[in-house]
Amino acid sequence: MCLAIPGQIVSFDPALAHSATVDVVGVRRKVDISLVEPEGVSLGDWVLIHVGFAMSKIREQDAHDQMRMLRSLGETQAAMDEVRGYLDDVSEGKGGSPP
Amino acid sequence: MATASTKVRFRDAQIEMAHGAGGKASRRLIEGLFAPLLLGSSSEPLGDATHIGWNGTRFAITADSFVVSPLRFAGGSIGELAVNGTVNDLAVSGARAETLVVTYVLEAGLSTEVLEAEVSAMGRAARAAGVTIAGGDTKVVEHGKADGMYITTAGVGRLIPGVHCSPDSVRPGDVVMLSGPIGDHGITILLARGELDLEASLSSDTRPVLPLVEALAGAAAPGLRWMRDPTRGGVATALNELARDCNLCVYLFEERVPVRDAVRGACELLGLDPLHIANEGQFLAVVSPDYADAALDALHRAPGGECARIIGEVRPQPACAVLSAAPYGGTRIVDMLVGDPLPRIC
Amino acid sequence: MKYIDEFREPRLIAETSAEIRRLADPARQYRFMEVCGGHTHAIYRFGLKDMLPRNIELVHGPGCPVCVLPMGRIDDGLSIASAHDVVFAAFGDMMRVPGTNGSPLEHKARGLDIRTVYSPADALKLACANPDRHVMFFAIGFETTAPSTALTLKRAKTLGVRNFSVFCNHVTIIPAIRAILDSPDMRIDAFIGPGHVSTVIGCRPYEWIARHEGKPIVVSGFEPLDVLQSTVMLLRQLERGEARVENQYRRVVPWEGNRPALQAMAEVFTLRSYFEWRGMGFISQSALAMRDEYAEWDAEKRFSIPGIRVTDPKAAQCGEVLKGVLKPAQCKLFGNECTPERPIGALMVSSEGACAAYYQYEHRKSLVAISA
Repeated sequence: MCLAIPGQIVSFDPALAHSATVDVVGVRRKVDISLVEPEGVSLGDWVLIHVGFAMSKIREQDAHDQMRMLRSLGETQAAMDEVRGYLDDVSEGKGGSPP
Repeated sequence: MATASTKVRFRDAQIEMAHGAGGKASRRLIEGLFAPLLLGSSSEPLGDATHIGWNGTRFAITADSFVVSPLRFAGGSIGELAVNGTVNDLAVSGARAETLVVTYVLEAGLSTEVLEAEVSAMGRAARAAGVTIAGGDTKVVEHGKADGMYITTAGVGRLIPGVHCSPDSVRPGDVVMLSGPIGDHGITILLARGELDLEASLSSDTRPVLPLVEALAGAAAPGLRWMRDPTRGGVATALNELARDCNLCVYLFEERVPVRDAVRGACELLGLDPLHIANEGQFLAVVSPDYADAALDALHRAPGGECARIIGEVRPQPACAVLSAAPYGGTRIVDMLVGDPLPRIC
Repeated sequence: MKYIDEFREPRLIAETSAEIRRLADPARQYRFMEVCGGHTHAIYRFGLKDMLPRNIELVHGPGCPVCVLPMGRIDDGLSIASAHDVVFAAFGDMMRVPGTNGSPLEHKARGLDIRTVYSPADALKLACANPDRHVMFFAIGFETTAPSTALTLKRAKTLGVRNFSVFCNHVTIIPAIRAILDSPDMRIDAFIGPGHVSTVIGCRPYEWIARHEGKPIVVSGFEPLDVLQSTVMLLRQLERGEARVENQYRRVVPWEGNRPALQAMAEVFTLRSYFEWRGMGFISQSALAMRDEYAEWDAEKRFSIPGIRVTDPKAAQCGEVLKGVLKPAQCKLFGNECTPERPIGALMVSSEGACAAYYQYEHRKSLVAISA
């Protein structure tokens, strides 16, 4: 039920309604786009493919937002480590001004 | 070490496709039925080719059969598979193929044009590989059998001096090498069957690996412990056999295993693991750490060896298992499949 | 691969793991259920358990459509193929699942016409290309897959293809989650929600889990960073005493679901009043059947089936493993009578079943720990 892969729409078949050719790093297959057509699909769009059907359009912005959130996790952590380190140094009498 | 003493009994009531897929079911058939009945009480680990002593000379001998549909596919055909497959079985046992004999089982109704094409391909492949085809046999069976044609070969070869491969000689710390990208052949065949409606510019990697093996032997023979060609069942099966035969762990660094984009894409789409897919032009080698650099270098300098990589190492634990580690540290066991890999949707 | 590789970035995985360790209360034992078999598979394939602290336990849920399919249904499908000389087309996942007299592949070896297809659309194409044979598509899957079957049936009807039918075993996820939560010995703290089912049904159907059961649920993607980020989100909710539905898989899952998909399903399918789930018993309103308008394409109506119920041996403790009461290795049959090669119970028949995944990817790692 769960295997679905992102692929990019590379062509539409004028003779075949509701169908597009999707590319997954060089592997191509015709998929049925009925489930995403109502929201509008164009060449170059990325869709999630499951059993030969496009299930959803992939939202680039949401992907970016997610990556940004994940990266900031690391930054927050690094910042906290820095502060903690400074506090440890102070409590151990290592002195010096904060960076 | 898996030997005839690890009593495997073959209990299946009938033969299934899985028994020919090179995985666990194949192993059960070979160890549980063929070996006890044909090989007697030999405690030798089962490899592809065997070394025989006769009148003071040692040589290598192997037999193989080729069943593929479709007969022709991007990058090759059954005729080339037959020659290269035999040469490669001998090569990874440490031998240079000299002479082949070939049998054809032909389906009545097979077009002469198709047969000629295969036999020419076989002749060309033999010349390219430097082997002689000394003779053979032909049978014809009824229409509906043999998928066009089946080819069987037997090959004999001279031992490459200085090469003594055996799973017994493998030690923790040894390095595992792969000659090039995996999965090309199996995915090409899968796509060529046309049932999945996938297109990709991929071709079979069928080729003789002998020149690469000789380059490796030239640079690293004293440190060369084990070799295998990962055909049906893929790298996973070959390495699991090694792990079992030497009672150690083969630890893979997942991101170092070379896989072409298109193979990866097809595998992701179909839920397959490249480690389980058949290859016809690659081989695995285990080399001692002191010879690893020389070995890799020799492969890189040999034509066709540019993509060779060190993909893992031998460790003491978990014994008899193959473990694959992701770059971030997560690990998983890589098992042998039961039968052929099947596409999945879940 | 775009939208895949970014979510496997090692440094980010390490950082997210660190955040998980920071958030997890060492005095607490967490039990998170990942509902969907695809998540079970991802967790093992990516070695994600290694990235979690010991006090977070992942319990594998019932979202494996192959695992929960009763053996009797496979027998029924194969009996149609056999008695009526019908082509049995199904996903690769079904091919090795044992029926009473063998799996589809074993039946193929005995002469039945069994074909693997990647898509229900391919099964219909097969029927169109072979007008003299009847092709029956053995449909399985949750709401992720049901719309594709529905669209295929609509197309068959529009084209007037008479030599095609569907044997429908589609099941729905919410009743399964309800059954888990209703069971008295259930000990789950929060849920990793099914990502791809949710592309169809959206996130609203899970609201009762948060509101009435008080359990957090995060709808999650399938890459390592997705699952780990979802774990962070669950831990944060639990830390704050919250219970909400959150959508981690926003790049793909719309909150409202996929309308055309839901419409297609409503047109073609109706809910069965009850259906048997292997390892879980009968669950009401949990499976799809085809509407009368599609009777001509309904294999169960066109062909007669034995309809015999096959029960698993009592020793198989699938139900308890499914609820998180037992770990796979604790079932008495695990690894002995019941292995992926010769599965006895529901959770061993498919590679994403809890027991099969554990056996394949983990089992020997823990054997080492014991012997070391």
